[in-house]
Amino acid sequence: MIEVSDLSVNFRAGGRQIRAVSNVSFSVAGGETFGVVGESGSGKSTILRAIAGLVAMTGRLTVNDRPMGRARSKADRRVMQLVFQDPYGSLHPRQTIDDALREPLLIHGLPEIDRTVEAALADVGLLPQHRFRYPHQLSGGQRQRVAIARSLILKPSILLLDEPTSALDVSIQAEILNLISQLRRSYQLTCILVSHDLGVVAHLCNRIAIMRTGNLVELLGVDSLRQSLAHEAYTRELIAASKGFTRVVR
Amino acid sequence: MSDSPLLEVEDLNVTFPGRGGATRAVRNASFSLGRERLGIVGESGSGKSTTGRALLGLIPPPGLVSAKRLQLSGQDLSSLTDADWQRLRGRRISMVMQDPKYSLNPVLKVGRQIEETYRLHHRASQGEARRRSLAMLEAVKIRDPDLVYHFYAHQLSGGMGQRVMIAMMLIAEPDLLIADEPTSALDVTVQNEVLRILDDLVTDRGMGLIFISHNLTIVSSFCDRVLVMYGGRIVEECKASELSAARHPYTRALMKAVPVLDRPVSELAVVIRDPEWLR
Repeated sequence: MIEVSDLSVNFRAGGRQIRAVSNVSFSVAGGETFGVVGESGSGKSTILRAIAGLVAMTGRLTVNDRPMGRARSKADRRVMQLVFQDPYGSLHPRQTIDDALREPLLIHGLPEIDRTVEAALADVGLLPQHRFRYPHQLSGGQRQRVAIARSLILKPSILLLDEPTSALDVSIQAEILNLISQLRRSYQLTCILVSHDLGVVAHLCNRIAIMRTGNLVELLGVDSLRQSLAHEAYTRELIAASKGFTRVVR
Repeated sequence: MSDSPLLEVEDLNVTFPGRGGATRAVRNASFSLGRERLGIVGESGSGKSTTGRALLGLIPPPGLVSAKRLQLSGQDLSSLTDADWQRLRGRRISMVMQDPKYSLNPVLKVGRQIEETYRLHHRASQGEARRRSLAMLEAVKIRDPDLVYHFYAHQLSGGMGQRVMIAMMLIAEPDLLIADEPTSALDVTVQNEVLRILDDLVTDRGMGLIFISHNLTIVSSFCDRVLVMYGGRIVEECKASELSAARHPYTRALMKAVPVLDRPVSELAVVIRDPEWLR
């Protein structure tokens, strides 16, 4: 479904070239949820942005066997939608939820806007009375539900999730993760999930890429990750660190 | 560990009056602390940070703090004047905040900032303060203290910034350190490094530590004892190692809501809130 080969992204900052992602290759099958894990600055979000066509890249990217460049047609964009980390920053503060959900439908000239918006809200577990509220009148979890509703309103087949629960409390995180797995089942979505949290990634993904300083360190199946069967020292370090603090007996 | 507790809190209340009635951010919280690591966990709005701030006299007006007892090594904290607080903060109690980016002065070299804390509480010459400051940077495992001394906040990485903050908070050798989400802005591998430094310093200097966090995994593995807060109340107090055997339904639900690497589940448990918990 998605094939990435030799993907590289360079940024220019302060007269210097910075290689944010270098020669990363992987493929994601239809219906699969692929995880990308790494620490800050590892290039994990940049990969997602490159796939979505938000940053310039080199290398090859094919989606549904069609090569994709940075320029995307409206139809291309409809296939692939993004959910961002910060539910506070990703919704326009002066637009009601209804405005936010209506906009993609208007841009793509789709019919039956009213009904679609209504259905999209119900899909993510929001009530009809939330429809005409502003983002500041909703909780963080509700806002992330709106962001998910907006990404799904065009019925995409691919959902790109960039740290969708990092800004949320654990109890709300559980609700959003359950919502994502339920939606991906009912719409047969192909997903790429980027997160720094190994527990979250293992919960949702079948295969996981470990990133470090722009390089893909290792590709692991979820079972190998769970049983700490990693080959690379860095991956093992990451797994150990995620299990909490260990006191060295002195 | 010791006979008389370092800190004693009984019926601590923090209230913010407002147009729609008062918001009671902390309600009747009681706990004591020895020379140990006490974790406070809870979700946003549970009152955990407010509790920490109240202990430092940092609740801004019109917020009201009241307590039946609020004592640090036998000294009553509830009747302190502003000047008393100034002397106490840094010297007896310090606080490490979440994000070094916002807690450090952007236009002052970090070495100078560490010195400043020391000179506020000790009569020391410039040279002496500088020597102490460098030693403290070394104590928090900064590889090249002479170089980092001259850095400004923006030149530090997250992990380094947090270590500088810890250095600044510990240089006046307080008895009690309050760390409010000290590692939440850091990567997991760096997080454990910073925790180790904090752990060693607390153990070596025999300080009490209040560790405020939303991360159950860290708190249960790092602290000795844990308080769980919900809606401004302490709903559970237990040994950190026994958090998995917690009794309160909220704590148990929270533990189950965390996706854990070596415990696969098909669906995560959701916290169903019982209004009874707020009684």
